[in-house]
Amino acid sequence: MNHWLTAPILIPLLGGILQVFMGYAPISLRRTLAIATTVLLLVSTIVLVVLASDDSYRLYAFGNWQPPFGIVLVLDRLAALMLVLTAILAIFCHIFAIGGADEGNRQFHGLFLFQLMGLNIAFLTGDLFNLFVAFEVLLIASYGLLMHGGGRARSIPGVHYVVLNLAGSAVFLISVGMIYSVTGTLNMADLALKIPELTGEKMSIVKAGGMMLLVVFALKAALIPLCFWLPKAYANATAPVAALFAVMTKVGIYAILRVYLLVFGDDAGALANLGMDWLFPLALITLTMGVIGALGADNLKTLVAWQVIISVGTLLAPIALGSAAGISAALFYLLSSTWTVGGLFLVAEMIANQRGSARDKIVTAPRMRNRTFLSVLFLIGAVAAAGLPPLSGFFAKLLILQSVLSGSEMAWLWSVVLIGSFFTVIAYSRAGSIVFWRTVDGHIEEPRPLGGNVSVAAGALAGLSLVLVALAGPISEFTDATAAQLLNPGDYLEILKTPMVKGDN
Amino acid sequence: MELVFALVIGALTASGVYLLLRARTFPVVVGLTLISYGVNLFLFSSGRLATGAQPILGTTSSYTDPLPQALVLTAIVIGFAMTAFLVVLALRSLADHEDDHVDGHQDVHATSSYQKPEETGK
Repeated sequence: MNHWLTAPILIPLLGGILQVFMGYAPISLRRTLAIATTVLLLVSTIVLVVLASDDSYRLYAFGNWQPPFGIVLVLDRLAALMLVLTAILAIFCHIFAIGGADEGNRQFHGLFLFQLMGLNIAFLTGDLFNLFVAFEVLLIASYGLLMHGGGRARSIPGVHYVVLNLAGSAVFLISVGMIYSVTGTLNMADLALKIPELTGEKMSIVKAGGMMLLVVFALKAALIPLCFWLPKAYANATAPVAALFAVMTKVGIYAILRVYLLVFGDDAGALANLGMDWLFPLALITLTMGVIGALGADNLKTLVAWQVIISVGTLLAPIALGSAAGISAALFYLLSSTWTVGGLFLVAEMIANQRGSARDKIVTAPRMRNRTFLSVLFLIGAVAAAGLPPLSGFFAKLLILQSVLSGSEMAWLWSVVLIGSFFTVIAYSRAGSIVFWRTVDGHIEEPRPLGGNVSVAAGALAGLSLVLVALAGPISEFTDATAAQLLNPGDYLEILKTPMVKGDN
Repeated sequence: MELVFALVIGALTASGVYLLLRARTFPVVVGLTLISYGVNLFLFSSGRLATGAQPILGTTSSYTDPLPQALVLTAIVIGFAMTAFLVVLALRSLADHEDDHVDGHQDVHATSSYQKPEETGK
């Protein structure tokens, strides 16, 4: 057992508890401690990536209980990748938030850290019921964060978001109950062993449970037809919260990758690749819907929120096809799109603060100050999001297209992705040219100053797409190895046989 | 017992779904509560129904599966927290919009939407 595995859960938990008790401490102290927590979290996730890159599975069994019966954390390359992705996004959102967005609510930092804890539990857990608990932890923190700042515009999308997710949780519990009633276990490795042996009526129950589970994950991932709650909720959230939420849909995608490759993978007998033939067309329709929404967006944040849906469609299409190259490309795109979308939310907020009452609406307004800096950031973000060369979005989409080279899947994937990218470019250039070029004379009176923290955070998130291009070689090697590891779940099943001893590995 | 149990779960869930579709925050909250009762009973039954059996080894000759009981307990606690949050949010929404419709306005016909341009975000 390796105790490092608990660090990404314990660090934000302790930091969050500290914030709860320090609600009335000076804001500078709270900010310092919150940033220190996030930095520690980032360090611990980097340690886990280094640990995971030797291709072995690491296990942490709480209370030293043998896996099928106790609760386990499992670290592999995919979990480590998701952890470091979240930690890097979180630290820049946090730096942006201490530029002023965290004021007005004493528990902002506590909620933020609890949300990170929920995300990290979801990525590390090796047990379906714990995945449910992790979803609830991150959701209840996200409800609070979504309402941060208050206002009429937030309460309606907030109600929709909470009600939909509660209904989703009910479906999740029903599917967990159905799977447990037949297999008698909820440990993912144990499920992968028991499901191929099922026959007849029992198999049908697990099949129904598995499909309902896919519905829940699709709701979290905002797959069509379960995506219409997202644009309004994200567009109305505070900027650093919306940027952090860019990783929330990726939790659904992570869960699909984890459960459907391990439990319902190629070795699952009659239930092999359950639901994947539904996922591919739905992913392409989601992509199309996202592009249509982006074209119709009337403010920058809504435009970026639809970009989240575009990236969900682009991600799930290669995952549904299930080839190693496709999954590797999808993971590369996952890194690229999460950081880019997060950065774009931050840039949209900075633009909104410079434009007075026009906010981030795509309308003609007086010229803003710091126009050059903001337009460069927006350009980088838009180029990376739309997938134009030379930034990371282009490489990721190229890898996705290259992963499918024959058959009708190729025709569908290539045409939808390429035409979708073209219209995404139109949406961004329309927004950018109106906001930055079509201005009336004069300047906004007394614009809010552009804070140092804020500029650094948004600049760094946009700049990550350059880093991803520079390091494309090593990163795609890592994602290739991750895809190979995911498609060979044999080693994962070995963790059930791990003897429970006190020493570490 | 099995039939009664199944009928109760079905009735709770069906009523819950009906109330959820009422599109008013109070029925929605009650509907979600009923659904979560139905779900908790369903989860409880996933360990098989048994009478007079305890989930502890050695107390009786037959014992029942303890895991669903642990799952239900967790689900109940989470469900209460979520419902409490939703009630507060619904009250907040009612105060903000002076209407308990989940969309914040009572009439969704085209004629009245002209009078409330702020709802469309334009």
